[in-house]
Amino acid sequence: MKKLESVNDFVIKFANVNGTGSASANNMFAKALFRMGLPVSPKNIFPSNIQGLPTWYEVRVSEKGYLGRRGGIDIALSVNPQSMAQDIREVEPGGYFIYDNTKPLDLRLVRNDVNIIGIPLTRICNDEYKDPRQRQLFKNVIYVGALAALLDMDFKVLTDLVADQFKGKEKLILPNIHALELGHQYARNNVECPIGIRVQSADAVGDQILLDGNTALGLGAVYGGATVAAWYPITPSTSVVDAFEKYARRIRIDPGTGRKNYAIVQAEDELSAIGMVIGASWNGARAFTATSGPGISLMSEFLGLAYFAEIPTVLFDVQRAGPSTGMPTRTQQSDILSTAYASHGDTKQVLLFPSTPKECFDFGAQSFDLAERLQTPIILMTDLDLGMNDNMSPPLEWEDGREYDRGKVMTAEQLEAGMEFGRYTDVDGDAICYRTYPATHPSRGAYFTRGTSRDEKAVYTEKGEEYEENMLRLMRKWDTIKEYVPGPETISAAQETDIAVLYFGTSEQSSREALDYLAEEGVHMDAMRVRAFPFNHEVKAFIEEHDQVFVIEQNRDAQLRTLLMAEFEFGPDKLKSVLCFDGTPISARNIKKQINQHLDGGAVEPLHRTKVASSGGE
Amino acid sequence: MSYQIPKFRHPDLPVNDLGYTRADYEGSISTLCAGCGHDSISGAIVRACHELSIEPHKIAKLSGIGCSSKSPTYFLGKSHGFNSVHGRMPSVVTGAAMANRDLLYLGVSGDGDTASIGMGQFAHVARRNLNMVYIVMNNGCYGLTKGQDSATADEGSVSKKGDANIYSAIDLCATALQMGATFVARSFSGDKEQLVPLIKAATRHRGFAFIDVVSPCVTFNNNPGSTKSYEFVREHAEATGTVDFVPMQKEITTDYEAGFSHEVTLHDGSSIHLYKMEENLDPFDRTSALISMEKHRVAGDILTGLIYMDKDSRDLHDVMETSSRPLNTLGAEDLCPGNQMLKNINASLR
Repeated sequence: MKKLESVNDFVIKFANVNGTGSASANNMFAKALFRMGLPVSPKNIFPSNIQGLPTWYEVRVSEKGYLGRRGGIDIALSVNPQSMAQDIREVEPGGYFIYDNTKPLDLRLVRNDVNIIGIPLTRICNDEYKDPRQRQLFKNVIYVGALAALLDMDFKVLTDLVADQFKGKEKLILPNIHALELGHQYARNNVECPIGIRVQSADAVGDQILLDGNTALGLGAVYGGATVAAWYPITPSTSVVDAFEKYARRIRIDPGTGRKNYAIVQAEDELSAIGMVIGASWNGARAFTATSGPGISLMSEFLGLAYFAEIPTVLFDVQRAGPSTGMPTRTQQSDILSTAYASHGDTKQVLLFPSTPKECFDFGAQSFDLAERLQTPIILMTDLDLGMNDNMSPPLEWEDGREYDRGKVMTAEQLEAGMEFGRYTDVDGDAICYRTYPATHPSRGAYFTRGTSRDEKAVYTEKGEEYEENMLRLMRKWDTIKEYVPGPETISAAQETDIAVLYFGTSEQSSREALDYLAEEGVHMDAMRVRAFPFNHEVKAFIEEHDQVFVIEQNRDAQLRTLLMAEFEFGPDKLKSVLCFDGTPISARNIKKQINQHLDGGAVEPLHRTKVASSGGE
Repeated sequence: MSYQIPKFRHPDLPVNDLGYTRADYEGSISTLCAGCGHDSISGAIVRACHELSIEPHKIAKLSGIGCSSKSPTYFLGKSHGFNSVHGRMPSVVTGAAMANRDLLYLGVSGDGDTASIGMGQFAHVARRNLNMVYIVMNNGCYGLTKGQDSATADEGSVSKKGDANIYSAIDLCATALQMGATFVARSFSGDKEQLVPLIKAATRHRGFAFIDVVSPCVTFNNNPGSTKSYEFVREHAEATGTVDFVPMQKEITTDYEAGFSHEVTLHDGSSIHLYKMEENLDPFDRTSALISMEKHRVAGDILTGLIYMDKDSRDLHDVMETSSRPLNTLGAEDLCPGNQMLKNINASLR
């Protein structure tokens, strides 16, 4: 039988039952490979449930540094009988299926083109442990030990990792190492090790770190000077505020008084959460909230107020598949239109699209500068894949001495000196006006904040011409905004070409990998990664320079493409869609396949699009 | 269009400790209907703030949407104001108060804004004991949309159209009490002698101070059969007692008889003198307050005055242990831990 052979290049998928502690063992496996110097990208594919349902954990290992989903499974490690039939079906021909053979494998599931390896995990546990909870927890550690033998991992890296992870809980170190050894020994004594796929130490990660985007965002908020966080729990954004709190507790306690230099309010709903952010920002504090799609819907009215009243507002949207009773634990990029034009009336909102934890940190901190400089909501668009999975990332950096840009705020001294204040008066020609914080001056600079029924001095009026004037100024401000938000990144193909791809956020890694595959076949494409909305002139020029641009995104309706068409009036022939919306991160093979189909067969019938796009598991 | 009140004033207008006349606490001319109860409440706010010598710019006035929520334009013109969205004023105030704990937050809302669309935020701001004064101008109807019944309209109360309300009413004082408000009072827009000291006491209370002010809508709900009309309220209001607010270090004398009086000292040293008329009410006991209110409701009366007060209230900043320095005054040097800390964090992620 064919055996897949590779060194430092494979995809393994763990099939577990949720609530059994498997994620931390699987994470230990991924981290050990990372410490061996190998780029890894673990992805937790979990249900919206606390205990008992199938859950998967996919780890991509690529010495070349491909971090996106490749598509296809080389090794399946199955400890969940519920999903076993599906798990074995997904294995590539010549791949490996490792299962708990305490119970014999159902013969109907056996595939002749897959290498089947049994490790009696339950039996080993039952022989070793009496306590049922220990049997469950250590089963996970035992299979990690077995994998270490099967893949020829550096065992010492694993034992060192255990020692690091249980620092402070030293009693747990030896039992965990013992469990690793149980699995390791069993595999070595009973299976031919290593299997065709193996790993060896390399030097391919440099100074990079392994971090989830939500933690990076929480840290970005700490470094960006946020003092007020208001939020309502919603997957997959909850860990943003958790991280903010964790770090704020460590580094934001006033040394003199022991009191907190931050306030976190768990709101009664998302409406309230964004209301608090707006109130705090209006009053001169840096404030933020984090949410996901359903929360965006609830926040829409307030986002309109913040847009029209020009109140700095920072919002982190960790996108997931919609709707509320949808797939809350699966990833998508499907809030693009609901955020870009969030709210009633003529509104346009600023979006940022980070693609790595480092960018989550950088853009997260920068959001506060942008919100205060531009006096408008800044919506940072990340997603579950980036937010909740450990992603390999360049290390986080902060330039000491960097000052916050607090934007145009008129001070008591300026008011006292007679500087004229008009809240909505464009004195500098950039369409951004001065504001004042409440209580600045005893008799000058007070104003009344309301939507648009006011003139440029913030005095109540319902005159149509004043409204129109203000709305035109907001459009001029939109042009100013383009100069401040992060611009796109461009990668030129090895050869001159008139076709290109355009992507954003977490589609980056898979897209770049797909471009490499296509280039190997002689199809060369330029690439642009969009990092913000509004799009600047470079985006427009890039699209104009190419005959055809494939817009790669993780939603059904081609939302970014729609936005490009709406903002630049490109026709549908110019922009083609490459989509994935099955709730898993888009894979390189899927992108390549869809682009090939477009190039081979011309236009793909819209009716067939679902079929093409749902092949995300490839 | 809002109109500025003429600046000309009589030269001998009384000034307060800060040297301000009452005019310094006024706003633009009201555009509400002539005789609207809300304007009387605005007047009471102006008087209370003037007499207490609160610096006008140290007050932030916030509201939701509706006739009541328009009123902040008509008082405290030197204060920052915020006309937010319908029913969501409490969250905006919460954020503002988190940013700067040193201002006086005055929230103004209506019965539609609070008891219907904003019921959730109202309940939760009370529960968090945010340090603010929350005034509901309660007229039992939606004025700006021309007179629909609101959720505080009493069952059987007849609107101008002639229909009797078929739903039971929400009593906002009872709701506030149950949600954990630490200062609950009710008054009537036509009774400034009661309302002004209540507002004064509320401004000095540390925590969530709620005042439900029955404020007749002269245009849509002042007809016979309405339980929120001037006539009905005058006939059915029963006071818990009389309140005098005594600012710190200021002696005042009153005409009330001794014997029934309570003196309550507030956290800043000022005090409230309470002269009881309602014998069965112990305003420092939540249960007693609830029972008293329910008895009056059953009897068809409106219990006014100070209904409940927690003398030992701890506000949201107290329980959250936030810095005594307003958070909006902290700069990068207080907030940003610097690159070395980040290097350590990076090291822990390898």
